[in-house]
Amino acid sequence: MNVMLSWLSDAFLLVGGFLCITGGVGLLRMPDFFSRVHASGVTESLAAPLLLFGLLLQMDWSLDSIKVLMILAFVLATNPTATHAMAKATLHGGQRPLVADEHDEPAGEASSKP
Amino acid sequence: MMTVAIVAILVTMVLALIRTFLGPTEYDRMLAANSFGTKTVLLVALGGHALDWHSFLDVALLYAMVNFVGTIAVMRFFEYRDAPDDSEKPESAA
Repeated sequence: MNVMLSWLSDAFLLVGGFLCITGGVGLLRMPDFFSRVHASGVTESLAAPLLLFGLLLQMDWSLDSIKVLMILAFVLATNPTATHAMAKATLHGGQRPLVADEHDEPAGEASSKP
Repeated sequence: MMTVAIVAILVTMVLALIRTFLGPTEYDRMLAANSFGTKTVLLVALGGHALDWHSFLDVALLYAMVNFVGTIAVMRFFEYRDAPDDSEKPESAA
């Protein structure tokens, strides 16, 4: 049982760390702000709960576990809110997402349909 | 495996810092700073457990709250900085 919990915690920490680095690389490499918001926000909302859950499985059950659960709930509630606020502020600030040209669009749809 | 996760968080923090210094607009910088703050919360939580600190989770929880409020405040400042005659403002208020 204890070994199972340890393996499970290791798996959570490993996947969380991988998603963390994925978000960082996306934040650095993506071409415009909105794709950066997507890369950072989406991976962060999964990496933070995975890492915190991996930490929770390594601790003994005490008041600290409740605090970890509180951090988890808070991060899950505030991270998408902050991402949404940033995207909205950027859109009101006059930036527009990078999209394909008008005459490119039918060809892209036609090639993606079959 | 805790060490691997901590190193991954540190690498991500470095990448976010590079984007913060590099970012073409202020929105990019604020996005990277928010990402850096979230990673700081995770680093305090995991590192505090690994190094056996006292009451590190209170610090992490407080940092998460301050990070969120700071991001929202700066983004509201960016949004309504210079436009009392913004045409979209009455629609969003109504």
